[in-house]
Amino acid sequence: MNFLIRFTVSKLLHLMLLLAAVAVLTFLLVSVSPIDPIDAYVGAARRVTMTDEQRALIAQRWGLDQPLITRFIRWLGQLLQGNLGESMTYHQSVAAVIATRFQASLWLMALAWLFSGVFGSTLGILAGATAGSWCDRLIRLYAYTLSSAPVFWIALLLLVIFSVNWQITPICCATPPGVLLQDVTLWQRLHHLILPALTLSVIGIGSLALHTREKLVEILQSNYALFARAQGETTTGIVLHHGLRNVALPALTLQFVGLSELFGGSVLTEKVFGYPGLGDATVQAAIRSDVPLLVGIVFFSAIFVFAGNTLADLSYRLIDPRIRIGGIER
Amino acid sequence: MLTVQNLSVSFTQYDTGLTQKQLTVITDLDLHVNAREVVAVVGSSGSGKSLLAHAVLGILPHNAQISGTILFKGEPLTRQRQASLRGKAIALIPQSISYLDPLMPVGRQVHQAARRAGVATTDIRQRVDHTFSRYELASTVKQQYPFQVSGGMARRVLVATAAVGQADLIIADEPTPGLHPDLVAETLNHLRQLASAGKGVILITHDLEAALQVADKVAVFYAGTTLEIAIAEDFVNGNLRHPYTQALWRSLPQNEFIPVPGAQPNPDALPDGCLFSDRCPLVTDACLTERPSLRLVRGAPVRCIHAEG
Repeated sequence: MNFLIRFTVSKLLHLMLLLAAVAVLTFLLVSVSPIDPIDAYVGAARRVTMTDEQRALIAQRWGLDQPLITRFIRWLGQLLQGNLGESMTYHQSVAAVIATRFQASLWLMALAWLFSGVFGSTLGILAGATAGSWCDRLIRLYAYTLSSAPVFWIALLLLVIFSVNWQITPICCATPPGVLLQDVTLWQRLHHLILPALTLSVIGIGSLALHTREKLVEILQSNYALFARAQGETTTGIVLHHGLRNVALPALTLQFVGLSELFGGSVLTEKVFGYPGLGDATVQAAIRSDVPLLVGIVFFSAIFVFAGNTLADLSYRLIDPRIRIGGIER
Repeated sequence: MLTVQNLSVSFTQYDTGLTQKQLTVITDLDLHVNAREVVAVVGSSGSGKSLLAHAVLGILPHNAQISGTILFKGEPLTRQRQASLRGKAIALIPQSISYLDPLMPVGRQVHQAARRAGVATTDIRQRVDHTFSRYELASTVKQQYPFQVSGGMARRVLVATAAVGQADLIIADEPTPGLHPDLVAETLNHLRQLASAGKGVILITHDLEAALQVADKVAVFYAGTTLEIAIAEDFVNGNLRHPYTQALWRSLPQNEFIPVPGAQPNPDALPDGCLFSDRCPLVTDACLTERPSLRLVRGAPVRCIHAEG
């Protein structure tokens, strides 16, 4: 228990430092970016007809005539009160946009995460147990190919094959068109999730499979594997009794750390499939110079990635008996 | 119980580029172990001690070739027989706790050893409990992970993995490395008890002093061959046959404490004649041309043409 309190306090301190750094950096980057907040607010059509007086009035009302430091402090004050501002693209508060969008993304990422975890570790264990055989070579070739293929390209490929040629999966979106949101069935949601989730899972599969393989090969050459063999255990038995146990931790940690890549990958995947998640919102916000939403997403993604890394850290401490009981750090 | 005759083990290695070369690490090795007997295999590192254990168990790496005869209970120990006997009729006691799975409680590992030894599923629990109490291991130790058990307990757990089954032959590979003298005595005692219970025990060690505390016979290994299989009393009675064995005995602290000059030859630069010839005080021309065969002198096998009856 004592450990958990210490861990939580130290992680919260880390998170605060991280968010402070992100706040400063984001504010600086936005203020030096070519985006003019007034232009972005009034839109392209009004920009031309607007007089300089009107422009100055808005600038004054928004405090744009104040020095950088003053603006930063006022912005930070609002941020600390939980006010992330209004999204100009969706005409909603940024918090609300992120909440609804993230829900959609969460399904996609969870499914992709689960799929890459199961598939990647299974392939890795299979390859490691048969290291050097044709099965191992095939899996390695597959993993290298997946690791080096760009996500958007795989997305397009899957779309062409499954949605255009075979027409067994929908071509876009999270729900069928022309159906009210409350009438969408679970199956329809899943049906729309399959291809995006499959694409997104590809990011994790390759590296997880290769890592798991490496680890298992190392385990099979260990002293305890040799001793198990001396006791009459078969390779399959060694993998089942000692391999899985020892491979699970590094694989799980890698999966948690991989959450950050998953978040990045979701931007491209959602764009190609027109899936209305957080990644799609990020692209929209960037195209339309929707600074409040963009900043909100930056903060959210920082917290998300931080949470992934913390979970990875925590899983080691809670699962590995050498650290949990012995307090031995590696 | 176990007879090893003219055993040779060589490894195929890749030399520079793609040329393969054969590295012979064991040449003409002989050993004989009876039930109720502790046979110590003594030699410095690189003399082929551990490889002998692996060869008997059939767990040498794939690039190893074996020739010669290994008989277990009078019948040749083929690959198939090794696969069915290891862990069951032949058990290994490893060197250190690193031979246990770091993420599995030790009780579970003794349990695994019993299952692999072919103990009936319904009896495993009882046998594990029995073995734990026999080696004075508290039942709370069962839940502990290898990193949690103390050095002394670790020794007993390792012995327990071999004793939990009904193996007839037990090979202890360097079971007392750098241990406190009390722990050495305790571990050797356990081996003695196993022999008294009717098993054959091979004690592989580089520590002649420890070996003499418990062994009935001492096989002296040198550069992958057996130089002499002496009876334990031969050491104290000054009845040793081979100059290397005599030199080893003299090098002990309680004797003259004179180290044996020179070093064991490398496996890829073995002399043509007797393997000990380049360090032997008795060397003659005949020693340099032909490897001496194992012959009986004063009731024990020795590989030296100068040994006299």
